[in-house]
Amino acid sequence: MFHVAPTTRKRKVRIATTSLSGCFGCHMSLLDIDERLLALAELVEFDRSPITDIKHCGPCDIAIVEGGVCNAENVHVLRELRANAKVLVALGACAVNGGLPAQRNHLDVGECLTRVYTHRSEGMKGSVPSDPELPLLLDKVHPINEVVRVDYFVPGCPPSGDAIWKYLTDLIDGRIPRLEHPMLRFD
Amino acid sequence: MTKTGKAHETELDRVLDRNRRDRGRLVQILREAQAIEGWIPPETVTAIAQGLGMAIGEVESTLEFYSFFYRRPRGDYVVLFSDNITDRMLGNQAIFEHMARRFGVARGEVSPDGLVSLDFTSCTGLCDQGPAILVNGIAIPKMTLRRADQIHDLIRSKVPVSDWPKDLFEIDHNIRRADMLLGSDFMPGSALKAAIAMGPEAFLTEVKRSNLRGRGGAGFTTGVKWEAAKKAQADERFIVCNADEGEPGTFKDRVLLQFYPERVFEGMALAGFVTGARHGLVYLRGEYLYLLAPLEEKLAELRAGRLLGRAIQGVEGFDFDIEIHMGAGAYICGEETALIESLEGKAGRPRIRPPFPVVCGYRNKPTVVNNVETLCKVTEIALQGGAGYEGFGTKQSTGTKILSVSGDCERPGIYEYPFGVRVGQVLDDCGARSPKAVQISGPAGTCLGIREFGRRIAFEDVPTAGAFMVFGEHRDMFAVAHNFAHFFAHESCGFCTPCRVGTAIQAKIMDKIAAGHATQYEMNELQHLHDVMRTGSHCGLGQTAGGAIADTIGKFRDDYEQKLARKDFEPAFDLDAALARARAVTGRDDADSHMLDHA
Repeated sequence: MFHVAPTTRKRKVRIATTSLSGCFGCHMSLLDIDERLLALAELVEFDRSPITDIKHCGPCDIAIVEGGVCNAENVHVLRELRANAKVLVALGACAVNGGLPAQRNHLDVGECLTRVYTHRSEGMKGSVPSDPELPLLLDKVHPINEVVRVDYFVPGCPPSGDAIWKYLTDLIDGRIPRLEHPMLRFD
Repeated sequence: MTKTGKAHETELDRVLDRNRRDRGRLVQILREAQAIEGWIPPETVTAIAQGLGMAIGEVESTLEFYSFFYRRPRGDYVVLFSDNITDRMLGNQAIFEHMARRFGVARGEVSPDGLVSLDFTSCTGLCDQGPAILVNGIAIPKMTLRRADQIHDLIRSKVPVSDWPKDLFEIDHNIRRADMLLGSDFMPGSALKAAIAMGPEAFLTEVKRSNLRGRGGAGFTTGVKWEAAKKAQADERFIVCNADEGEPGTFKDRVLLQFYPERVFEGMALAGFVTGARHGLVYLRGEYLYLLAPLEEKLAELRAGRLLGRAIQGVEGFDFDIEIHMGAGAYICGEETALIESLEGKAGRPRIRPPFPVVCGYRNKPTVVNNVETLCKVTEIALQGGAGYEGFGTKQSTGTKILSVSGDCERPGIYEYPFGVRVGQVLDDCGARSPKAVQISGPAGTCLGIREFGRRIAFEDVPTAGAFMVFGEHRDMFAVAHNFAHFFAHESCGFCTPCRVGTAIQAKIMDKIAAGHATQYEMNELQHLHDVMRTGSHCGLGQTAGGAIADTIGKFRDDYEQKLARKDFEPAFDLDAALARARAVTGRDDADSHMLDHA
């Protein structure tokens, strides 16, 4: 069903992944490669990723980014990944185009926050959270290529497990990654 | 200027009746309906839709497409500044700002008293005598601060444009080099007489022998086009004169239409004579509105002289008449199938070819679409024969070509040369002292650097529709390409994604470079975008929209590189400013609520 080059390489490929302003759907799709996860584990090791729970990433080969950039923390995480990775990949609709979170771009972010936190029913009075621990929202949600240099874009909402597998194995085996219909899709 | 409901209704009815309530004339109807109040209110859209038996959405689809149709109130005086690169080089920005300041109105807005609105528009075809403006559709060349003040005073005292001093509207022909076409006298009717004497078959053979190729840029053989339309099975055929001279930097058709109209019309009649078409249509670009009245007059004169109408020159069965359609500010309508769509009253979106217009064009009938200059050339062939004509120019590009020269030279204007002339020769003749580059055939054409000035104007070397914009050594070629990028983003018809999105991204990247935020990454992106648009776009607009950028990057890379940031990447927006709104709402000002750029 699938073939992976024999694992004669000396060093495993080091991969970092993160979900910025996304829904983790793309990470779920990565898990959808199913039993091929075992083959992937032969080839790669993970740095910062929800899989390892490492908080800050070190030098790595590939950084896979899900989600767009919606707040200050997203910017810091994304820049850290860019600084450490040889290849940075925008995975899925939000990272590529801003996606669903970018639907708020035609609204004023201040208005959004006030509406959500202070206009409560039944006389409850709230206020916009101001804890410095919380990442502050940017006025617009940006696709990641507007904040850092991006090497590859893998579209899809989410990209299918097959597409992610094809892309990763191409890249790891040193081929030019190539996705064609029906794997290359934007929905 | 608002009219009462009733008066408006009757006026609109008159417009509809005048256009025979023909939905194919929707663009003309909208143009005339807009003249009532200066814009098109929603009630007018509804009334037009009802009057023509169309859905409101269909009317809106056409209305939205053209930049000279307005869906919101405009000033009583609409002042549009031509914004071609040649206008910029002549200082149009400063004049615009001066005028905006004097009227106290911002770009694209209407002054509070509803008197005036000010905006920019694409090239108006007066590059040899710019900066140019349009006031209520009528062109004024050679703008200066003084003229701007004069116009300001005229508008302030509400003088109707028709009563403005005539010298404001004086447009020179600037013919600097006349050859075969511009230099010869022409007796109206003489070409028809010669063709009638030969008969349609023999005349077609002459046109084919001459190897005349279309002067609109594409260079298709005219005789072959005519023959195809003649042979197509149909009960009706059309001859269309493409006078939608929208390519920035081109203005030779304006001169031909203004000073040689009888040649153009007679050329159309000749095409009718050969193909059997009885109807001719001139698609005149909206920017040339001031030519409409004199052209109509000329048509009436030709009809009176039996050079148009029924039984032309007494030949029974040779009936041919011409109607003028006005465009409404859409560059894409210069593409022949988009032009046909527009003639049919629709948005000007290019059709899929084949079928080609010669088989299935206007109203799905065989249609010959010829450029203004091409139609003038066929009168020469009627008079001199194809063999004589063939002697001029080069083997593959016979005859002469009219160039519209503008930019950094002492004598901008119209130059007619036999094909095969070297670019350097033209530069010498027009008095270009120290040229750095020439943009040939407009933004969609080719940019040539000094090392290529030995190349020749001909279909087999550097083909052109006529534009010849000269840039002196002090010019920044990035600024030129930047201007073109915005032109294409504005003029993309929006039909296909590579062009609609590609031209917009391209313009954004060029803005980013201009602002000093771009890096090598963006340079690669531009090349990549060009490849996508070139191979993936539906029509020539998208296919060529990245050409000028690719050319200037290749030949004048320094003009780009000195603007690049020496970094891996830099966002086009200010991250700290992007946090300002949320800072204000949360009342935070801690270190984490700021992002002072470190990258």
